[in-house]
Amino acid sequence: MAETMSGAVAPQTRRPMTMKRFVRRRSTIAFFMALPLILLIALLVVYPAFFSMYLATLNKSMERFVGLGNFEFLFKRDTFWMVVKQSCIFAVSAVFFKALIGFVLAHFVHTIPAKGQRKWRGMLLVPWVIPPAMSTLGWFWLFDPTYSAFNWIFVRIGIDPVNWLGEPFWARFSVILVNIWYGAPFFLIMYLAALKSVPDQLFEAASIDGANWWQKIWYITLPMMRNIISITVLFSLIVTFANFDIVRILTSGGPVDQTHVFATWAFNLGIQGNDIPLGASVSLFMFPILGIAAIFILRGVNKRGNEA
Amino acid sequence: MTAGKSFNRRRFITTTAVASAATLGAPYIRTAHAAGSLSVGFWDHWVPGANDTLTKLCNEWAAKEKVDIKIDYITSQGSKLQLTAVAEAQAKSGHDIIQLASWDAPNNAKNLVPVDDIMKAAIAKNGEAPPVVDYLGKVDGHWVAVPGTNGSQVKVPCGRIDLLQKYAGLDVVKMYPGQGGKPDTAMQDQWTWETFLSVAEKCFKGGNPFGLGLGQTTDSVDWVGALFHAFGADLVDAKGNIVVKSDATKQVLEYAQRLVKVLPPDVFAWDDASNNKYLISGQGSLIMNPPSAWAVAKRDNIKVAEQCWTFPAPKGAKGRFAPGLPYFWGIWKWSKNVSAAKSLLTYLSQRSSVEQMVAASGGYDIPGFSGLRDFKTWAETAPPVGTVFNYPPRADQIVSMAGTPAPVRIAQQIYTQATMTKMIAKCTQGGESIDKAIAWAASECEGFMRT
Repeated sequence: MAETMSGAVAPQTRRPMTMKRFVRRRSTIAFFMALPLILLIALLVVYPAFFSMYLATLNKSMERFVGLGNFEFLFKRDTFWMVVKQSCIFAVSAVFFKALIGFVLAHFVHTIPAKGQRKWRGMLLVPWVIPPAMSTLGWFWLFDPTYSAFNWIFVRIGIDPVNWLGEPFWARFSVILVNIWYGAPFFLIMYLAALKSVPDQLFEAASIDGANWWQKIWYITLPMMRNIISITVLFSLIVTFANFDIVRILTSGGPVDQTHVFATWAFNLGIQGNDIPLGASVSLFMFPILGIAAIFILRGVNKRGNEA
Repeated sequence: MTAGKSFNRRRFITTTAVASAATLGAPYIRTAHAAGSLSVGFWDHWVPGANDTLTKLCNEWAAKEKVDIKIDYITSQGSKLQLTAVAEAQAKSGHDIIQLASWDAPNNAKNLVPVDDIMKAAIAKNGEAPPVVDYLGKVDGHWVAVPGTNGSQVKVPCGRIDLLQKYAGLDVVKMYPGQGGKPDTAMQDQWTWETFLSVAEKCFKGGNPFGLGLGQTTDSVDWVGALFHAFGADLVDAKGNIVVKSDATKQVLEYAQRLVKVLPPDVFAWDDASNNKYLISGQGSLIMNPPSAWAVAKRDNIKVAEQCWTFPAPKGAKGRFAPGLPYFWGIWKWSKNVSAAKSLLTYLSQRSSVEQMVAASGGYDIPGFSGLRDFKTWAETAPPVGTVFNYPPRADQIVSMAGTPAPVRIAQQIYTQATMTKMIAKCTQGGESIDKAIAWAASECEGFMRT
């Protein structure tokens, strides 16, 4: 607010926005610098997303508009609801264990002296760094129906071999296990970063007050990490719901469709079954649900950020 | 850049005028690629060296026709071949010729140039196309694609001579000898699915079970499709009526319940590599597969390869069905060089070209014409000599695809959703009753009717 020599408040005058000034504004520069990325996202994410929505409104031969007819059809199919259930079991259990293991590991690594920590961090990140299609092939050989390396060991120690990928329960267990193995390091690194940002003084004060290990976690660590936990869980939930490679390589959705998740079933229907609109509808089913979840989680994060 | 010789406006105009005059005034010279260019997407063959022969054939044709040809070999691993066809059909651009796996030929009919002219000439020279090729390659009475030699296959039994003889006293070489041998027709008549089960039981007891997958990939679906056909158990008839609730379906599922008991317990998780590994390792006494398993055994475990013999599938009440998987070559409608594309496909469909492709594949490829089943490759391939002599379907064999005779759009769903192997899994591993498995299949088929 400008003040005149006499102390009276002068009316705010707005200088006319010239082209030169517009271009020199920081927000304009920022926009132009981000423009290549925005265009890239528009091309590779927004366009395919809208195209997929358009495809989901067509009939099987893609010649007629059917509105929500494909969803209506899906809702009447038992297999669809089985895939919904499996996708939820897969995503929720995998994310829960990834978060839990990541949290525990982050605490262990955090307690390691700084000198040796880098080595451990590097080793624990390996599963996340290897391309999942490649590491899943390794897991496939461990679970191989006939020549499983795990079973080879089991037989030698007197345990009956397990039909890892042939029994519905074990097949589900296997795909979830591989997803946890692959995704836990992401949680580890995020939680480790969050842990490092918690001021040591808080723990020292709690120790002086007589807080035990559990109370420190419950009253200091968890509240301080709430935002990062929310964001990582949300991010991981979205990625895990959309998982394709692990299930595709390990089981292809079998036995009897009992490990299919949205992406693998959509591929099966859309590409292999030549029903692209139905495949698009399956892959879009979770979009509104995850969208609403994202809004609530991010609103909570924002709220806590403002309170802070 | 040097400033000494500036390229001013006057000089630019002079240079452009001279260049234009030279271009327009020059006489027409027929260059090496005067007939334009052609881009082809072929399936990447499993057999080492098979692609080289196809490339050689294409280059010979290109040199003769003055066409600049570009070939891409696209693997079917991870459904890449299928994905390429889908992507090109969506984008309406890509190769001029594309190799199409079985169902993709009729699926893309509206995007393909009719090839009745090529097929008329090819059939006149090479004999009729088998019914399964006709079923997939023809839409509304017109050929939409040419049967591709490379990749087309049948999945008949490949058994171990020694193990089948040892456990079941079955002399497969006597039953189906190599070239020049006198087939034992009495044994052939007795080679039924019941005999097959009895031999499977004996091999299982002997510790070397049959390796027949019951997963959801093509190898499993193909042999189960032939089994269903042999029993006359169709899920949907040619008119599109659901006919799965039949005595024949009950009988085939009852049979499957008995057969599953003598197969390895993990067959429900098998993929297309599992049966090959099972035979090559020496554990399996019989699989149903093209000779690729034998070819790998020849490289990795010669003692197993020396005992392998490929022979026709058993017969059932409705006949002897060979599970087939034909491939096709199609020309996209947006091709800018349709005449060259047709010329190439005509060249590749000639007997001499087909014979070279079959030889390069070690007999793996099955030509899409009934008159091209007598190449010496199948007679001479060894060890043992004649091991794949009986691989190409002849005599009483009917090449079939799982899901047929239903209309293509329904049959493809039955095939890709592996409905038949799932029916078997449900009433065996899943512990459900046969009636429940049939009711489930009927409900699935209802869903496949959508247009």
